[in-house]
Amino acid sequence: MTLWRQFTRGLHALLRSKAADRDIADEIEGYLEQSAAAYEAAGLSPAEARRQARLEMSGATAVREQVRSYGWENTVASSMSDLRYAARRLRGSLGFTTISIVTLALGIGASTAIFSVIEGVLLKPLSYPESERIIAIRHTAPGIHIEDLNVASSLYFTYTEENRVFRDVGMWRSDTASVTGVGQPEEVPCLVVTNRFLPVLGVQPALGRGFSGVDDHPKSERAVILSDGYWKSHFGADRSVLGRRILLDGDAHTVIGVMPPSFQFLDLPFSLLIPLRVERANVGLISFCCQGIARLKPGVTLTQADADVTRMLALAPAKFPVNPGFSSNVWATARIAPRLFFLKDYQIGDIGKTLWMLMATVGIVLAIACANVANLLLVRADGRRQELAVRAALGAGWGRLARELLLESLLLSVVSGAFGLALAYGAVRVLAAARVENLPRIQEVSIDPFVVLFALSISLAAGLLFGLIPVFKYARPGISAALSSGTRSVSQSKEHHRARSLLVIVQVALAVVLLVGSGLMIRTFQALRSVDPGFSHAEHLETFHVSIPESQAPEPERALRMEQEMLRKLESIAGVSSVAIASNLPMEGGQGDPVYAEDHPDHARTVPPIRTLKFVSPGYFSTIGARLIAGRDLTWAETYNQTPVALVSENMARELWRDPRSAIGKRVRPTLKDDWREVIGVVADLRDVGVDQKAPGIVYWPLFQKNFESSPAYFFRNVGFLIRTPRAGSLALLEDIQKSVARVNSTLPVADVKTLGSVYKKSLARTSFSLVLLAMAGAMALLLGLIGIYGVISYSVSQRTREIGIRLALGAPLENLTKMFVRYGLLLSAAGVAFGLIAALRLTRLMKSILYEVSPSDPITYLGVSAGLVFAAALASYLPARKATKVDPVVALRAD
Amino acid sequence: MNEPNTDVIQGTLDMLILKTLSLEPMHGFGIARRIEQISRGVFKVNPGSLLTALQRLERSGWLDAEWRRTENARRAKIYKLTRSGKKQLESETADWSRRTSAIARLLKAEG
Repeated sequence: MTLWRQFTRGLHALLRSKAADRDIADEIEGYLEQSAAAYEAAGLSPAEARRQARLEMSGATAVREQVRSYGWENTVASSMSDLRYAARRLRGSLGFTTISIVTLALGIGASTAIFSVIEGVLLKPLSYPESERIIAIRHTAPGIHIEDLNVASSLYFTYTEENRVFRDVGMWRSDTASVTGVGQPEEVPCLVVTNRFLPVLGVQPALGRGFSGVDDHPKSERAVILSDGYWKSHFGADRSVLGRRILLDGDAHTVIGVMPPSFQFLDLPFSLLIPLRVERANVGLISFCCQGIARLKPGVTLTQADADVTRMLALAPAKFPVNPGFSSNVWATARIAPRLFFLKDYQIGDIGKTLWMLMATVGIVLAIACANVANLLLVRADGRRQELAVRAALGAGWGRLARELLLESLLLSVVSGAFGLALAYGAVRVLAAARVENLPRIQEVSIDPFVVLFALSISLAAGLLFGLIPVFKYARPGISAALSSGTRSVSQSKEHHRARSLLVIVQVALAVVLLVGSGLMIRTFQALRSVDPGFSHAEHLETFHVSIPESQAPEPERALRMEQEMLRKLESIAGVSSVAIASNLPMEGGQGDPVYAEDHPDHARTVPPIRTLKFVSPGYFSTIGARLIAGRDLTWAETYNQTPVALVSENMARELWRDPRSAIGKRVRPTLKDDWREVIGVVADLRDVGVDQKAPGIVYWPLFQKNFESSPAYFFRNVGFLIRTPRAGSLALLEDIQKSVARVNSTLPVADVKTLGSVYKKSLARTSFSLVLLAMAGAMALLLGLIGIYGVISYSVSQRTREIGIRLALGAPLENLTKMFVRYGLLLSAAGVAFGLIAALRLTRLMKSILYEVSPSDPITYLGVSAGLVFAAALASYLPARKATKVDPVVALRAD
Repeated sequence: MNEPNTDVIQGTLDMLILKTLSLEPMHGFGIARRIEQISRGVFKVNPGSLLTALQRLERSGWLDAEWRRTENARRAKIYKLTRSGKKQLESETADWSRRTSAIARLLKAEG
């Protein structure tokens, strides 16, 4: 009630301030009159009565101010007038205002943009109902040196049947399928999932039904669910699509549903959802094939789930037979243990570290920008010393002066914040359009109210930060005495200069941190570029996939002939120097399996180390530019005859046989049941997992083999093609490729066309992304730091004109004066560098995970940055210091 | 004219104003005059404090104000006690007498 009254009356007074003022004036006037009348009645003369009344009132104006100052609206009104005054002052010095706003807007904009990424990627929950209960199931097998292992069908069934902690368990993998009968033949990405996959996520198809238990059975009718995008682009969003049959890899699948448009899964592209069909009766214990996913029962923690999975892992060997060709104690040897992640953590991986590092980086830039603006504000406040002193002497309270100074900074920061927000909005749009590789959940990054709130808070915080420094110096309680003294001294007192020097030291120190950070990234990038990835001139290697379904070539040999035919056609394209086929392209992995060596009998007793298996055509090594260390390449005759031969990578040859040459003639096989295969060659290591990762041990096999991995005829129907030509990446080449493939078989789609160069770049993307951002931040920090030094020195020169004049008049040499100022600048920067190096030594440890073969305390970087900065600082002080030499002693002494 | 008089005891001005207005509605000077008269000149009200206090009491809802024309055609602001003002006066009076009697007891105990 009273609050409401306070509010409405206040608002009334605020809106009709003139009338409110008049009311007060009238009341006071009336009071005076009556008071005078009373004195008159007591016998005083009218003039005396009036005088007495006024005396009693002790200043009608003061009383009016006193009465008027009551109420919240008065604070608002005077703040508004202060704000108008501040705006006028800012408009008055356009240069200062522009520089400050640009600097701050960049700092706030960059911070806001990175924060919006952090919010969208790291902080927001996934867009599934109760997504915090969804987990990714992976394993680890320390007994056979496998750090990260996926889920086996046997484990999927075990978890489904035996668990106490999951509400639903699913299994999935991503794959591609060749679609025929819907327009052009086309290879489309798909998710192959078990029937509880969608319930785990808590998502239903928007149209039709989800999969049921029947769909998982290999003998049931094949079903397919379409993605919203595929439904719209290929079926014109036709609702009668349900029940239609489409051919996937030659088999008819019935469309049973369409997913909602919002549905996404781990940023994976997919057009189709296909059932993962496994016959439980045929599942062997060792059947690692897929990814696991589960929804926890309410209230179950990850630790509890971990314990339950550990319990179930021991149950699996009793439920499923060991596959033929594996030793019976394989399960015990492997020591398989669960690795569970919340799905969100699994999706974002370790990008969090990079993002927080970038946040720290832009935060530092913002701090430097604040220091710069604080410095400029100090200069301005210093220019107003006299004015402030006069006002303080006339009775303006320090609170009032402080509010005025603070309002100016806050206005500045909020306006900059608005510009910064606009910048961030642009940056996020660019980021979304650029589809930055390796950045998960990028579609979920946006400028939402939370981000706007963040921008507003950091703007206000920044405004307070740099606004309070001049307030503390010029408008703190009891400042009036300090202000009024010493307006005409010879030189500035030390105390006077300290705040600005301190700010410059802070700026330089922060700049050092950023420069060291970007220096380390540059060194990392150099180190990565100098790594031999195991192939050469990747930008001249065009790659694509072709899959030959059984309907087109039932026998493997016929399919192999088709592949060779395609190679011949591709080879004849103009500008092509060589071509090859591989089951998995370089940097795209391959299946991981143990490989037994004949002369290592311990392999048969335990499980030997896991190797990456790749199946390649003759000419593969020369096409990608891999060196043959020893022995020879495969031949087509060996491929057609299914001759038991293999090549191994250099690191594996050294591990097993010490010397690559002694590997030749040794024999290896992937299971205990298979035929032995003779090693005919050793190939240089391939950085298959990423340029910054250790090269895995790789075994290369022919494309077509017999008695391999317990299968009589082993063949790859979906293979990657590699074409070496300077025309790689051009549209004309793509057309030639499509024509060549079509001449062999017109129903086969050419899928996933890209250059190996783009894959290589992608593996460096995180480093180059961090490098570019850090370098930009570092450059900005350096620039701002140098501006800071320049500003302080040139201000110091202008303030010490009288002193310079006296020194010159007394005969001081010019160069001594210049030296004096340069020395001062160097002193500041040296102090900054010293603090910066200490801070950098601590902070760059956080970068360790994104550095490659560079220590966070790399001496070259630290020395380089220090030397560079001191040199730049010397220059930044020398330029304004020269002004001192232009001082005319006569003018200087008369000045002021 | 120069008899010794004191400023109103701190914190009691509001109560005195409310009490004065509980007798009849009046304008600012009337209130000051009445306080002086009733206190037999012991308390002298500072006009600035009085007018500010009136502003505050009105905003708190304890007083209502009304502009009226006086005999010499001036506008005068006449204050009137509201119902909640009356309650406030009662509670302040009770509080005050509780405190004064406590002080009286203390002083007596010393004597």
